[in-house]
Amino acid sequence: MSINPELPIQFSRTHRLQWEEAQQKNVILYPEGMVELNQSSSEILKLCDGTRTLAQIVSDLEAAFSTSGLTNDITDFLEVALQNGWINQN
Amino acid sequence: MAGLTKTKPTPPRWLLAELTYACPLQCPYCSNPLDYTKYQNELDTEDWKRVLTQARKMGAVQLGFSGGEPLTRQDLPELVKHARELGYYSNLITSGYGLTEEKIIALKEAGLDHIQVSIQASSQELNDHIAGTASFNHKKEVAHLVKKHGYPMVLCVVIHRENIHQMPEILAMAEELGADYLELANTQYYGWAHTNRDQLLPTKAQFEKAEIIAQAFKEQVAGKMKIYYVVPDFYEDRPKACMNGWGTTFLTIAPDGVALPCHSARELPGLDCPSVKENSVEEIWNESKAFNFFRGTEWMKEPCRSCDEKDKDFGGCHCQAYLLTGDMHNTDPVCSKSPHHGVIQAAIDSAAASSLAENEKPLIFRNSKNSKLLS
Repeated sequence: MSINPELPIQFSRTHRLQWEEAQQKNVILYPEGMVELNQSSSEILKLCDGTRTLAQIVSDLEAAFSTSGLTNDITDFLEVALQNGWINQN
Repeated sequence: MAGLTKTKPTPPRWLLAELTYACPLQCPYCSNPLDYTKYQNELDTEDWKRVLTQARKMGAVQLGFSGGEPLTRQDLPELVKHARELGYYSNLITSGYGLTEEKIIALKEAGLDHIQVSIQASSQELNDHIAGTASFNHKKEVAHLVKKHGYPMVLCVVIHRENIHQMPEILAMAEELGADYLELANTQYYGWAHTNRDQLLPTKAQFEKAEIIAQAFKEQVAGKMKIYYVVPDFYEDRPKACMNGWGTTFLTIAPDGVALPCHSARELPGLDCPSVKENSVEEIWNESKAFNFFRGTEWMKEPCRSCDEKDKDFGGCHCQAYLLTGDMHNTDPVCSKSPHHGVIQAAIDSAAASSLAENEKPLIFRNSKNSKLLS
């Protein structure tokens, strides 16, 4: 299973991404489980809104953080997210 | 005991709200206490709302509505709505009994995130026998409706000697019903399951065969369905890390408002478990005797005290130590380093002998009549 560069990526409808005040971090919630996210993972997932493709997510984040060369890190993370069912492409 | 530790405990993350001990099913492995009929005085709606609010403020985020059968509480949609407003991820842990499409829609609108449906076996005859109630066809219908209305669906099957041979059919049923998660929960021997252990505990050969089948299926459905496999700890040589460590993560509130560090802890002697009717969740979690009792490692005796794995399994399960050795401070006898480890083999041998006996004792079903007889 890998990311299709042609298709937009969306966050799973059966998971929930939310800010946890007590933990001061974003988490993914799903049946009987929780994953704590670091800041960069949260920023990537917030852009998985069903309108952006992989290339658009990369260029938006590179612009937002005034940097370049994020393609590999973002692709690796999204592959993991896809394997875990946090995101999907239809 | 470890109550002397001065460092502030980690806050609760998981709140198990046992709304009621009432249940139309009679599963003989129920984790509710044998004497559940003694605790009739259920918390009211306002009590539950207060508990949810207090625990959420401390950092609890996963919330299980359980029981008994939580659907017997008429205020369930109101509690779900309150939980959603607080930001909980709400799990409904149900037998499916009494769940209609109308209720599924109402709970979704109230903000319920997920429904876990239990099925007792892959055949109607065995399901209805174990549940003590004709419920198989309705449960399958409920599973379809849960999916239809966009919930993630966890199918939970408790595994024991009566149904372990159905493993291939159970897996096929989970696939047919479109489960997103399948929980294969090998019976844990507390409460009613402890009483019925001779009739429920499978042999090692049965376990191993079922595990190989489940493992192959797990690879086959990877990416489509996740499998939660609750290990059969009688066949392990190290204990489970019970509750992720006592008083570190899990908070259970029993139907009458008693706060428990694990849902079986009610059967441990001398803990003086506090009630949410008298104390706030914060006081209970941080200061009560019960929640501090097994925190940290100070309470440990040998072989745990000098063991290099004590931070991994925390000495295992205190309820198991109590039920099988008579002292909850002992190492969980599942551990091969425990001087009491022999009781595990004795239990396995006793169950095997029972399965071969000509007149096997019948299962004792979980119902009010038997609860009164046993308490």
